[in-house]
Amino acid sequence: MHGLWLTVLLFQQQAVDVPGFDSNPFTSPSDLAQGEKLYLGRCAGCHGPRGDGGKGANLAVPTLSRAADDKTLWNIIRYGVPDTEMPSSLMAQREIWQVAAFVKSLGAIQSGAASGDPKRGEAVTRGKGGCLQCHAIGSDGGRMGPALTDIGARSGPGHLRAKIVEPQGDVPHTFRLASLRGRDGKTVSGIRLNEDTFSIQIRDMTGGLRSYWKKDLADWKMEKRSPMPSYKGKLSDGEIDDLVAYLAGLRGAKGGER
Amino acid sequence: MRTAACILAASAALSAQVTHERLLDAAREPGNWMTYSGNFAGHRFSPLTQVNDANVSRLKVAWVYTTNSLQKFETTPLVIDGVMYVSEPPSNVVALDTRTGRPLWRYRRPMPPDIRVCCGQVNRGVAALGDSIFIGTVDSYLVALDAKTGAVRWETKVNEYKSGYSVTVAPLALKDKVVIGVAGGEYGIRGHLDAYDAKSGKLAWRFYTVPGPGEPGHDTWAGDSWKRGSAGTWVTGAYDPETDLIYWGTGNPGPDWNGEVRKGDNLYSDSIVALDANSGQLKWHFQFTPHDVHDWDATEVPVLVDGEVRGQKRKLVIFPNRNAFYYVLDRVSGQFLLGKAYAKQTWAKGLDDNGKPIRLPGTFPSIQGTAVWPSVAGANNWYSPSYSPKTGLLYINVREAGSLYFFGEADFKLGEQYNGGGFRAIPGEEEWGAVRAFRPATGEVAWEHKVFSPPYAGLLSTGGNLVFGATSEAQFFALNATTGKELYRFQAGGMVRSNPMSYLSGGKQYVAMAMGNSLYVFGLE
Repeated sequence: MHGLWLTVLLFQQQAVDVPGFDSNPFTSPSDLAQGEKLYLGRCAGCHGPRGDGGKGANLAVPTLSRAADDKTLWNIIRYGVPDTEMPSSLMAQREIWQVAAFVKSLGAIQSGAASGDPKRGEAVTRGKGGCLQCHAIGSDGGRMGPALTDIGARSGPGHLRAKIVEPQGDVPHTFRLASLRGRDGKTVSGIRLNEDTFSIQIRDMTGGLRSYWKKDLADWKMEKRSPMPSYKGKLSDGEIDDLVAYLAGLRGAKGGER
Repeated sequence: MRTAACILAASAALSAQVTHERLLDAAREPGNWMTYSGNFAGHRFSPLTQVNDANVSRLKVAWVYTTNSLQKFETTPLVIDGVMYVSEPPSNVVALDTRTGRPLWRYRRPMPPDIRVCCGQVNRGVAALGDSIFIGTVDSYLVALDAKTGAVRWETKVNEYKSGYSVTVAPLALKDKVVIGVAGGEYGIRGHLDAYDAKSGKLAWRFYTVPGPGEPGHDTWAGDSWKRGSAGTWVTGAYDPETDLIYWGTGNPGPDWNGEVRKGDNLYSDSIVALDANSGQLKWHFQFTPHDVHDWDATEVPVLVDGEVRGQKRKLVIFPNRNAFYYVLDRVSGQFLLGKAYAKQTWAKGLDDNGKPIRLPGTFPSIQGTAVWPSVAGANNWYSPSYSPKTGLLYINVREAGSLYFFGEADFKLGEQYNGGGFRAIPGEEEWGAVRAFRPATGEVAWEHKVFSPPYAGLLSTGGNLVFGATSEAQFFALNATTGKELYRFQAGGMVRSNPMSYLSGGKQYVAMAMGNSLYVFGLE
């Protein structure tokens, strides 16, 4: 988390120049191949190797919600998106075009299309799946996990399925599970909201906001594991298909804008 | 009326000139802070003892001065005879009354909209000589101001901002000159260190950190790559009146991460250069990271101490480098005496007998990203270390982190960024930091105080057996200088990218540090 901020802060950019092209001049097969290489190194960590999302937005869509044209896409890659974790990039102009060409090609890739029934999926979400215990959709649900209100805009079906079946892996840094033990032996767990040298702030399992001085704790540890259980075996394959179809259709209040 | 009287009193006190002799004998005036590092030796030590390990728990905020800028506030204030001189981003100066924090005068410099800076329109401080205050500007000028009014005495163009040059460094004033360096290592500049006549603003000498044709070291650059070799000089160096040498660190070679287009050792990037203070002639150099491909500028503050190495008394310069190695050099000859890693590093097997790194294979940037420690911001950076002659310890805010380094195209266009790659955090890797106290001549660690995040702020040690600093979460702290025990802290908010200093006003000791967008000044109740 700190490294990410550092990246943004050390090399914060001011938009000085826009490239001298309105559309992408670097779209040959070799540009796409180079764009993929660059993408895998610098972008895939957040957007997924096939662009179907993760920490970053789902790019495997026919139309990118933030970048309707090539020039806008170039500027987003170059200068980042303010108030999000999308940083600016130090790539050369041509490299940015090559990445942009590859990103646009991702929309044509089918990454595990949703074959289930969204209506049944909604029932699973609110019923057997118990998803709203931890996740919110609109104003319903819990706050222990990331909100799902616009999850379909951020993650493609393939990525959603992977997260449901195998939720371990990349846990967003604002949703790490902390286990704390006081000097009186009492323990408390919750989602870490913030931490520094001297204190830690969590949201406990009842949703309460708590803050502790580290000197008052006997010990504390951060779970590397996600608190989310795997639904493999808990839901049938059909139920998982339905769940994925429902979640993939959640685009937020403003139709896909975050 | 009362305000007017106060200003009059301050102005009267200012009639004393800041002479070279006063700067040399800074230790005799512990109530003032007249140079960036507090003395010429780069110590950032205040002999003041009023605030000490027995009473620091009673420290309180005395006053706060807030800037109008949202840029990083990196300044070290100067305090001279009751007036504090603070540089504000982008390149402004304000004179403050040291007791109340109320402004006395301001210098505001309008900036063109197309300034070229990699890392914010910042400034690290001013210099003082005679009755002038000097500031370098991000549009690449050196400006002399009347210390009493802030009126411009002269301004001299250091270089062309449209070509990627900027000035963010606090100048170093000595003798009758003002020494100043340039930033622009991400724009393919050709770095230099300059000295200007303090009275006229005329260029006295210039030392190019990238040698031109026919000069020694020129052959360490393939083809015409020297023309864009970078090697900025953006952090204030040190001066030793006995050797009459200026010691200054130099920045990364350009482009940062693509070394293919500049084969060779790339002198004098990532080096310390020792220059004759009168002529700017190179006396010796030592390159820490030959052919750097990780952006490890050697723009740290050199610390001058005398000490014993292998039974022999030597005049030393200590250089805790961004590349995670701690160096001890003889500052008369430049001879390498000792070097060892002082933070996690994975790029070198060690240093050879001449101090040259023995590189490990597979550590160069790559298109898919290469994980290497230390991070791009290094184990140390431009923020200041502190040396206390009282404890004999050197204090460094150490960063423990790595980066993924990317190789990319190096496409030079004048005035545009010239990076040849990039970097990001290594996924899943925890980063942290520590204040570490070193025995200067050996690099042995006496104690450490761990902090949650890699720090980005300097340290101040004092005669009161204290070390002041701040965490990246803006917790201003005081540690016991002998043991490292935390004795005081205050949550200031915002980010901290600055160095603390200390001074007397009305006979009372204060400690000042820029945090968030404000300058906080602390004193005992």
